[in-house]
Amino acid sequence: MKEFHRPEALYSTFPRKGGADPEATHYCPGCGHGIIHKLLGEVIDELGVGERTVLISPVGCSVFAYYYFNAGNIQAAHGRAPAVATGVKRARPDSIVISYQGDGDLAAIGGNNILQAANRGENMTVVFVNNAIYGMTGGQLAPTSPLGMKTTTTPEGREFEEYGSPMRVAELLAPLDGVSLSSRHALINAGEIIKTKKALKKAIKYQMEGKGFSLVEILSQCPTGWKVDPVESLHWVEEHMLKVFPLGTYKDEPRQRPTPPHPADYEPALIDRVIHAGTSANGRGKAHEPVRPVTLPLGIRAAGFGGQGILLLGEMLAKAGLAEGLSVTWLPSYGPEMRGGTANCSVVISDTPVGNPIVDQPNLLLALNRPSLERFEPMMQPGGVVIYDSSLIDVGPTRSDLTAIAIPATKIADELGTAKVANVVMLGACMELLAFPSQSERDPLLQSISRDEKMLEANRLALKGGMEAARAAAAPAR
Amino acid sequence: MSQVDSPTHRGPFRKVFHPYHPMSQPTSSRSEPRSRSHAPQFMKGNEAVVHGALLAGCRCFFGYPITPASEIAHTAAELFPEVGGVFLQAESEIAAIQMVYGASSAGVRCMTASSSPGISLKQEGISYAAGSELPMVIVDITRGGPGLGNIAPEQSDYFQMVKGGGHGNYRLPVLAPASAQEMCDFTVDAFTLADRYRTPVVVLADGLIGQMKEPVSLPDAVREIPDKPWSVRGDGATRENLICSIFLDPPVLEDHVRHLHDKEMEIEAKETRWELEGHPDPELVLVSYGVVSRIVRGALDEALAKGMRVAALRPQTLWPFPTAALAHATRDAKAVLCVELSTGQMVEDVRLGVGGAIPVHFLGRCGGVLPTVTEIGEEMESVLAQAEVLS
Ligand SMILES: Cc1ncc(C[n+]2csc(CCOP(=O)(O)OP(=O)(O)O)c2C)c(N)n1
Ligand code: SF4
Repeated sequence: MKEFHRPEALYSTFPRKGGADPEATHYCPGCGHGIIHKLLGEVIDELGVGERTVLISPVGCSVFAYYYFNAGNIQAAHGRAPAVATGVKRARPDSIVISYQGDGDLAAIGGNNILQAANRGENMTVVFVNNAIYGMTGGQLAPTSPLGMKTTTTPEGREFEEYGSPMRVAELLAPLDGVSLSSRHALINAGEIIKTKKALKKAIKYQMEGKGFSLVEILSQCPTGWKVDPVESLHWVEEHMLKVFPLGTYKDEPRQRPTPPHPADYEPALIDRVIHAGTSANGRGKAHEPVRPVTLPLGIRAAGFGGQGILLLGEMLAKAGLAEGLSVTWLPSYGPEMRGGTANCSVVISDTPVGNPIVDQPNLLLALNRPSLERFEPMMQPGGVVIYDSSLIDVGPTRSDLTAIAIPATKIADELGTAKVANVVMLGACMELLAFPSQSERDPLLQSISRDEKMLEANRLALKGGMEAARAAAAPAR
Repeated sequence: MSQVDSPTHRGPFRKVFHPYHPMSQPTSSRSEPRSRSHAPQFMKGNEAVVHGALLAGCRCFFGYPITPASEIAHTAAELFPEVGGVFLQAESEIAAIQMVYGASSAGVRCMTASSSPGISLKQEGISYAAGSELPMVIVDITRGGPGLGNIAPEQSDYFQMVKGGGHGNYRLPVLAPASAQEMCDFTVDAFTLADRYRTPVVVLADGLIGQMKEPVSLPDAVREIPDKPWSVRGDGATRENLICSIFLDPPVLEDHVRHLHDKEMEIEAKETRWELEGHPDPELVLVSYGVVSRIVRGALDEALAKGMRVAALRPQTLWPFPTAALAHATRDAKAVLCVELSTGQMVEDVRLGVGGAIPVHFLGRCGGVLPTVTEIGEEMESVLAQAEVLS
C-alpha cells in the first residue's frame, strides 16, 4: 500500500480531541474511517478547496470528524446532516459542503433526510460510510447488516422475516433525477482505494462546477463491531459485503444546476423597495368629518355562504375604516366556526385603539343568507342595524329593537351580469349608511379587489347600486 | 465555546430565591427602538411576521406547511426570492429546523415557522441549536392539541416553548405578540435578541393573532447586521471555527451549561417585557397574554367603567416572565385572575410570582373556544366576592 502524506486539509495534531496522545485518532486500529478521512483530505487538497470546505460531522463513530479536518466544521444531530448541509449550502452557495455519514445515521434515522436532499438535487457531496453495523453504540443492527449477521440486537443473526434485506443505498438513490453521481467502493486493496479516491474527487468536482448531488458509498471495515482483527476485517468485507453490495457506479449523469441566490449579500435598500412598495411615506391625510348614523365603535359581523365573498366584504369595510383614519381589525371565521360551507367575519371599526377583536355582540350585521340572519340576530346589541340580502332572505329580522335595511343585493348583482358582485353591492349599502369613506377613497378600495378593467367596472356599478338601494331603503325608516 | 478551553471547575450551581419585595419597583419594561415612517398596511398577523423578518435582515426561511401558520410560508415563498433570499419547503419540520441550524451556522439571519404539532417535531433541532448557541427565530402559531387537536387557537404550547420542550438545560426568550403590529415588531426584536445573545428566540402566538388582519406600520429595513466571527462561512477567515453541542468531558459540559446559564441571567435582568393597564391601585389583577389579553382588555374597560379597582398585566416576554412586575402590581391586591386558552400553563408562573401571598384564580378555555368579555366580567365579580368573604 502506498504511504500517505498527511494532507493539509487534515490537522497534524488533534488538540480538539485532547487526551494523552494528541497525534493518534480516536478510531480503533484497522477502522475504515481513518483511511476515508485521509482520502477525503487529499482530495480537498488536490482540488484546492480547503478554505471553502464545510464538513458536517454526523452522529456515529465519526461524530468527532471535526477533530481531524482542517475545515469549517459543523456537528449535526443523528441523521440530519443532509438537512444541515442543505441549510449551509443554500446560505453559502460558494462553500463546498460535505455531509459525512455512517449507515445508521444515513440509512436508518436519517432516511428521509438523505432521500429528499438527493431528490432535490442539492449541490453537495455525501460520503456514506457503510460498515454494516452501528459502531459507536456497541455493534447493533444497521439497515445495511447482511442477512444472518449477528449483532448485539440480533443475537441469532439478522433474519429477512424480521428485518428485511440489507438496504442498498447507492442503488436506491441512483434513479432519482436529482442525483448526479451515485457509486459504491471499498477499501479492500490499493486498487479499490484509488478508485474510492477518484470517486470522491469527481463528486467534489461536480459540486465545484454546480453539477448537483453526489453520493459516494464506501464499504468500510469495523473490526471492533464485527469482532475480528484488522487484517481479517478486509476478508470480512470481501466475504460478507461484496455479494450484497456490488461495487460500481450506479449513476454518473452530472446535471448543471441553475445559479443559486447568494442570500448572505444583504441589500437593505432593495428590501425597503419591495416591502414598502405602494405605501407612501408619512401616512395619508384625513378627508372630512364623516356623518355616522351608527355610533363608534362598530362591531360588525358579515355572514353568508362560502363563495359569496363574505371575508372580502368584511375586509373592504375594515379598509374603508382604515382609509378614514380609524382603528380597525378583521377576523375571519376560523377553526371550529368554519364548517358546513358558511363563512363569517368580525370587523371592528373604532375611533380608539381596538381592544377585543372578537365581535360577540354586533351593532351592525350584514346577512347574506337566512341561516346567518337566524344565527346572529339574537346576538345583536339593542338598537343595532341589520342589512340583509332581501333577494335571498324573504323574511327580515323579527326583533323590534333593530333597524332592518333590505337590499336586493343578489338581484342587483344579477342585473349587472354577475352574482359574484353581490358582496360589493352590500359594501355600497354599508358605505351609504356609514357615510365613509370619502368618494376619493372608494376607487382605490375597489382597485384593491381587482385591477382588471371589466371587473373593476362591474364593481363600480355594484357599489353604486348598493348605495342607491340603501338610500331608498333607509329613507322611510329614518 | 471551543473544546480546547480548559475547564474552570467553578463548582456547583447555587441559588437562593428570595421573595420579591413588593415595594421594589421592577426595572422598566424594555423594548427596542422603532422607526415608523410608512403608512400602515392592512395585513394578517402571519403576513406581518414575514414582513418583519425581511426588514430585520432575515435571509433564509425553511418551513413545512401547517394550518394555521401556512400564510407565513406562503408570504415567505413570495417575498424571500424577490429580495435575493432563500425560501425552501423542507421535507418535514424535523428537517426545516436543521436547515435553519445549517444556515445559522453559516452566519446568516434565518427562521422557521410552524404550529404546535410541527413545533413538537422541531424540538430536537431547537435543543441542538440552544446547545450550539445558534441565533435563529422560531415562530409558533399555536393550535388546539394534544395530538392533531384542531386548527383553532389555543395557548397550550406555553409549556413546550417556555419551559424547554427539547432536552437539556436551556431556556429561550419567548416573545408573545397580541396584535398584527406586534407580530411584525416582535419578529424584528426576536432577530435582535437572537444575535445579541447568540440564542434561538421564539415568537409564540396563536391561530387567531395569526389570522387576524390589522393595520401594520412597517419599519425600515435594518441597515447593519452584526458580524458573526464565530460562524462557518466556507471561507479562509472562518476555517478554524466549529459549531457543535457535544462536550464529552463532564466539567467542560458543566462549564458550557454555566455559560448558557450566565446568558440566561443576563437576559432575565435586561430583556423582561410587559404591559400594565388599568387602575393604579388594583384590588384585582388580571394576567393574560396574546389573543386573550385583547379580550381581557374589553373586560377591563367595562370593569373600570363600573368603578372597579382592576388592572391587567400582559407579559410580552413569557420567558423571562415579568415576575417582579407581577409582585409589584399585586402588592395591595386581594386576588389575581389568570386567563388562558389552556387548562392552566402560564398560571404556574403567576403562582410563583405571587408566591402564595394572595389567591390566584384561573379561567381557561380550550379547543378553540374563546372566553367572552361577559364570562371574564362575571369571573372578576365572583373572584372579588370570594376575596371579600375571606377578608
Ligand atoms: C436521536 C439519537 N438516537 C440515538 C443516538 C445514539 N447513537 C449514537 S451513534 C448511533 C449509531 C451510529 O451508527 P452509524 O451511523 O452506523 O455509524 P458508525 O458508528 O458505525 O460509524 C446511535 C444509534 C443518538 N445519538 N441520537
Ligand atoms: S467501532 Fe468500528 S467504526 Fe467505530 S471506530 Fe471502531 S472500528 Fe471504527
